[in-house]
Amino acid sequence: MNREALFNTAVLALLVAVPTWALWADEPFTITLATRAVIFALAAVGLNIALGLGGLVSLGHAVYFGIGGYAMGILAHHAQSYTPLMEWPFLFEGTKSMPVIWLAAVLASALAALLIGLLSLRTAGVYFIMITLAFGQMAYFFTISWPAYGGEDGLSIYVRNGFPGLNTLVPIQFYGICLALLCVVLWLNWRLAKSPFGLALGAARQVPQRVETVGLDPMRLKLVALVISGAITGLAGALFADLNRFVSPTMFSWQMSGEIMIFIILGGVGRLFGPVAGAALYVLLEHLLGGINEHWQIFLGAALLFVVLFGRGGLVGLVAGREQAHD
Amino acid sequence: MSALLIAEQVLNGLQFGVMLFLMAAGLTLIFGVMGLINLAHGSLYMIGAFAAAAVAGATGSFLLALLAALVAAALAGALVELAIIRRLYNKDHLDQVLATFALILIFSEGTRWLFGSFPLYLDTPDWLSGPVRLPGGVLYPAYRLALIVFGFAVAAGLWLLITRTRLGIKIRAGENDREMIAALGVDITRLYTLVFALGAGLAGLAGALVGAIQSVQVGMGEPVLILAFVVIVIGGIGSIGGALVAALLVGLTDTLGGIFLPEAFKLFMDPAKATTVGSAFASMAIYILMAAVLVWRPTGLFGARG
Amino acid sequence: MTEPVLAARGLTKSFGALRACDEVSVDLRPGEIHAIIGPNGAGKSTLIAQICGALAPDSGTVHFLGRDVTRETTRTRARMGLGRTFQISALAMQDTVLQNVLLGALGRAGRPWQFLRPVLRDSTLRDRAEAALARTGLTEMAATRTADLSHGQRRQLEVAVALTLEPRAFVMDEPMAGLGAEGSKRLTGFLDELRAEAPILLVEHDMDAVFALADRISVLVYGRVIATGTVEEIRGDREVQIAYLGETP
Repeated sequence: MNREALFNTAVLALLVAVPTWALWADEPFTITLATRAVIFALAAVGLNIALGLGGLVSLGHAVYFGIGGYAMGILAHHAQSYTPLMEWPFLFEGTKSMPVIWLAAVLASALAALLIGLLSLRTAGVYFIMITLAFGQMAYFFTISWPAYGGEDGLSIYVRNGFPGLNTLVPIQFYGICLALLCVVLWLNWRLAKSPFGLALGAARQVPQRVETVGLDPMRLKLVALVISGAITGLAGALFADLNRFVSPTMFSWQMSGEIMIFIILGGVGRLFGPVAGAALYVLLEHLLGGINEHWQIFLGAALLFVVLFGRGGLVGLVAGREQAHD
Repeated sequence: MSALLIAEQVLNGLQFGVMLFLMAAGLTLIFGVMGLINLAHGSLYMIGAFAAAAVAGATGSFLLALLAALVAAALAGALVELAIIRRLYNKDHLDQVLATFALILIFSEGTRWLFGSFPLYLDTPDWLSGPVRLPGGVLYPAYRLALIVFGFAVAAGLWLLITRTRLGIKIRAGENDREMIAALGVDITRLYTLVFALGAGLAGLAGALVGAIQSVQVGMGEPVLILAFVVIVIGGIGSIGGALVAALLVGLTDTLGGIFLPEAFKLFMDPAKATTVGSAFASMAIYILMAAVLVWRPTGLFGARG
Repeated sequence: MTEPVLAARGLTKSFGALRACDEVSVDLRPGEIHAIIGPNGAGKSTLIAQICGALAPDSGTVHFLGRDVTRETTRTRARMGLGRTFQISALAMQDTVLQNVLLGALGRAGRPWQFLRPVLRDSTLRDRAEAALARTGLTEMAATRTADLSHGQRRQLEVAVALTLEPRAFVMDEPMAGLGAEGSKRLTGFLDELRAEAPILLVEHDMDAVFALADRISVLVYGRVIATGTVEEIRGDREVQIAYLGETP
C-alpha cells in the first residue's frame, strides 16, 4: 500500500472512530460536527470532479448546493404544511422521505448544471470563473426576492426527514447515512477517474486540441463532468439542509462557493481524499480557532495563502508526496 | 408611469453604472496587463470606504475623506502587490482565485476586528446635499448627479492616461506583448505595482463615493465585485472602453429592470403576483443580459481573447 | 490518375494585413508521401491548421475522401480518418504513455461514455493501444509518466497516438524536429513503411529525411506554393534554389 492509500485509510478510520467515540462518551455535538464535515466533504468531492478531473474552476458550486437544499426545503415544506406542491397532472403533496428528496435534489442540480454548463463552457479560463460566480449570485438574488419559499428568511423544517428503517433523529444514525453516501460517491469518483470517460476528461483538461484530433468533443466531456459534479454537490446540499432542518439563501452565497473550493485546496486538488481531508480540517479549524477568537477567518485566510503559495499539494500532498502516475 | 420617474431611474442607472465602471476599470486593467484575476478588488473598495468614513469622522471634510480613500486603497493595493500578488502572476487561475479569496478573508475579518461589525455612516457633503432641478423639471439629488459627472470625468481621465501618456503607452504595450515591454527597457515589476495601485485607488474611491449613499460595512465590496465581473465579461476582458459601455448597460438594466419588469408582468398577471414575480426576475436581469451577450459573443462585446 | 485522398484547393487565410496562405493547393494521393517544405514563417502551420480544421480558411476548400470537409470540425475530420501529429507535442503530460495511446484508441472507438468500467479492462482498447506502442518502440515506456519522457520519445508517442486512429491519411507537422541523427533515421524508416497503410502529408525541415522519403514535394514561400514536383524536379528548380534551398544549404 502506498502512502496515499494509507492516508486515505486513516481518514476513513477517523471518520468511523471519532463519532463512535463521541457516541460512547455521549458527546452529540461532536457527532454533529462530524456530520457537518462529511456533508461538506461530499459537496467538495462533487466539485473535485469538475475541478480536479476536468480542470473547471467553477466558483459557483453553491448553486448546486443551494438547489439541493431547496429541493429538500420545498418538498418537506409542502409535506409538513399539507399544501400540495402540485395538483396537476397528478397530485403531489411533497414528501418527508429522504430517498425521494435526494432524487429530486440530484435531478434538479444536474439540470441546473446542464444549463449553466451549456452557457459557461462557451468560454474558458478567467471568463469561466467569473461567469460561474455570476450565476451563483443570480441564484442567490433570485431566492432572496422569491417570496413563496421564505425569501430572505429561508424555510424551517420542523422534523428531520425520514429514511426507511432508520431513526434519523438520532444523530449517529443520520451521520451513518451521510457517511455511507460519502463512501458511495468516493467509490464512484474512484471508478470514474479510471474509466474511459475519466481518461478522456483528464486529457480534455490537459490538451483539449489533442482530444479533438482523436475525434472526441472536449466541451461535451466537460459538460458531462459538470453535470455529475453538480448533482453530487446538490445531494450534499439536501443533506446539509436536513442537518440544519433549515434552508436559506446563504446556501447560494458566493462565500459558500469559495468554501467548497477551499476544502479541496486544503486537502489537495485532484486527489481522491483531498476534499474529505480538507473539509474535516476546515470544520476542525472552525471549531478550534472559532473557540479561541471570533476573527478566526484571518487565520484561515493566512493558512490558505500559505498552502497556495508554498504547498500546492494540500494535506494529502504533505503526507503522501507528489501524485504518482497511476495506471 | 410618468416620464419624470423614468428620467429619474435612467439617472439612477447611470450613477450605478459609472460607479461599477470605477471598479471594473481597475479589474480589467489588472487582468489585461498582468493576467491576474483579483477577487480581493472588493476589499480595496471596502478599505476606501472605511478610510473615508474614519477621516470624515475625524475632520468633517468630505474632500479629505475622498483623498484618504484614494490614498489608503492605493497604498493597501501597492503593499499587497509587493507582498503577495506578484507571486501569483505566473500561477494558474485557480491559485489566483484562492490566494485572493484568502486575502478577502484576511481583509474582511481584519476590518471587522478594527472597526467592529456595526455599519459606519459617511454623510454627503453639505454643498452637495439636496436636490437640483434639471431641464424638464426632474428633481434629482445633487450628490448623485455629481457622482455621474465625476464618474464620466474619471473615465475621460483614464482614456487620456492610456492614450496620451508614457505610462499609458507602457500599459498598452504590457497588454499586447510582455516580451516587447521588457525589451523596451521598462521596469516591468514597477509598472505592475503601479497599475495595481491605480486599480486599487479607483476601487477605493468608488467605495467612498458609494459609501456616502449606502452604509459602510464589512462585506460591502463583494457584491459590487461580482457585478464588476459581470461588467467585464460583458465588455470583454482587458477593454476599458468595453468596461464603460458594459457598466452603463448593467447599471441601466438593473435599475430599469426593477421598475419595468413588475409593470410588464402586470399586463398579464394580477398586480400583487406580478410585483413579486417581476421583482424576482428583475434581480436576475443583469445575469440574463450577461448570458445573452455570451451566447452572442463568448469573449464579450469588445473582447478579443478568451 | 487516382483520386486524391486529401485535397486542398486555393486555401487563403489572412491575419490582418498578413497573407499567411495565398491560394495554396496541395493534394495527397494514395500510397505517397507528399512533403511540404519552406522557410520559417512560410505558412506551413497555417496550412496544416486549415487542412485539419483548427482554422477556417477565408476562401478555398478542403476535400477528404472525396467529401468537402471545409466546414467540418476537427473532430469530424478525425473521425473520418485524418490522423494528425503536432509540431509541439500535444500530449497529456500528467498521464502515462499508455494512457495517451488509450485516448487515441478511445477516440477511434468513439465511445468515451463509460463511467464505471476501468479503461484498462477493455481489451479491445488496450490491444489497439499496445499495438501502437509496440510499433513505435515504446512498449517498455508504457507505465512512464509522459512528462518524464525524453524529447525524442515524445515525438514517437505523437506518432503512436496517430497510429491508434488507424487513419486513412496522416498529416504530420515536423515529426523529426529535435530527434537527432539516429532518431531521424529510425523514424524515416518507419514512415517509409507507413505510407503503404495510408499516405502522409509531411511538413518537415529535415531535408535528408524529405529527400529520402518524399514522392512529391511542394515548396511553400511567403504563403504561396512556388513549386510542386518530384525530388529531382524540385532539386533542379531554379526558383526553389533561389528562394529557398540556396538560402539554407
